[in-house]
Amino acid sequence: MSDVAVHPAHRPAHTHVAHHPALQHQFQTLSQQKEAAMLGMWAFLLTEILFFGGLFLAYALYRMWYHDAFVAASTSIALSWGLVNTVVLIGSSLTMALAVRAAQFSQRVATVRWLIFTMVLGAAFLGIKVIEYADKFEHHHVPGPSYIWEEAGHAPAPGEAAAGDEVSPDAANFQLHTQIFFSLYFTMTGLHALHMIIGLGLLTVIAWMAWKGRFSSEYYTPVEMSGLYWHFVDIVWIFLFPLLYLIDRAH
Amino acid sequence: MAEHGHAHAHPHVHGHVTPLGVYLAIFATLMVLTVVTVLVAYVDLGQLNIFIALGIAGFKATLVVLYFMHVKYASPLTKLFAVTGIFFLAILLGLTMIDYASRMWVNPPALLQ
Repeated sequence: MSDVAVHPAHRPAHTHVAHHPALQHQFQTLSQQKEAAMLGMWAFLLTEILFFGGLFLAYALYRMWYHDAFVAASTSIALSWGLVNTVVLIGSSLTMALAVRAAQFSQRVATVRWLIFTMVLGAAFLGIKVIEYADKFEHHHVPGPSYIWEEAGHAPAPGEAAAGDEVSPDAANFQLHTQIFFSLYFTMTGLHALHMIIGLGLLTVIAWMAWKGRFSSEYYTPVEMSGLYWHFVDIVWIFLFPLLYLIDRAH
Repeated sequence: MAEHGHAHAHPHVHGHVTPLGVYLAIFATLMVLTVVTVLVAYVDLGQLNIFIALGIAGFKATLVVLYFMHVKYASPLTKLFAVTGIFFLAILLGLTMIDYASRMWVNPPALLQ
């Protein structure tokens, strides 16, 4: 396979880059090495797709079973922060793409600058997520012993329910089933946020390497691979945003 | 940008250099689609709402994969890897949903109830 992969037209390039410090000995050319890295990264992303896919599946099933509770819980979330975060995250994907592009031109300072922009936007996303999570804690919308679901209109305060009036089975069901929504909300956005935190760590290392002048138009594979990871995390959010914030707004 | 013309002449770039304008156009399209998906969400289309929302999300994801992740310019093997992800996700979601969605369709015999 490796012999076949070297196109005759690349032979001169091969001899030229043979001593590039980034070329590992098991590869014949930097292009071949990059192709291997690319496939490895995509293989990892495939496992990530199925990792998140299981959660999307759980969400779809519970939404089917407890549709009314999911509509009520989903519309209780403030849409504005989700929208802002979508813009912030897609913006960070643009700056990440521009970081890779700067690396392709061997522009050391521009690469570092775009990577820092990307990290700032990523941190902004997480900061907004903190505001959203704090709001859930305030409203007792975090699953657990202190979880309270209050229907708009007739809000049964915790003491009120104990005062003698029987809790209607509907209210009890909503108390349980909206909790399932918020469990999935926190699991999915939490796992996504964890990926963002890992991404920020990754980009910190890459930015440092870029600053040290490790990358050039000949070799910028680590920048591009971390870009693939960053864009993947963006794609997960592109699906989370409509599913958690949007699809029940009209009902 | 001035560096753009330089891109195609550069002999050593290992990979496709996407023109700056393409990145900006993709970003603008993603922004427009984000606004569209929010506006459409407030129009009651019944069962269609979720399909439109997921359709737009799928299209946005495709743009990110093709342009930001460079799959459009990648080797056929890399393209195959990317499509494989969708394929296995479809199996995971599709077969499980077929099972759950059809459970209520038949009355199991008394023996199994």
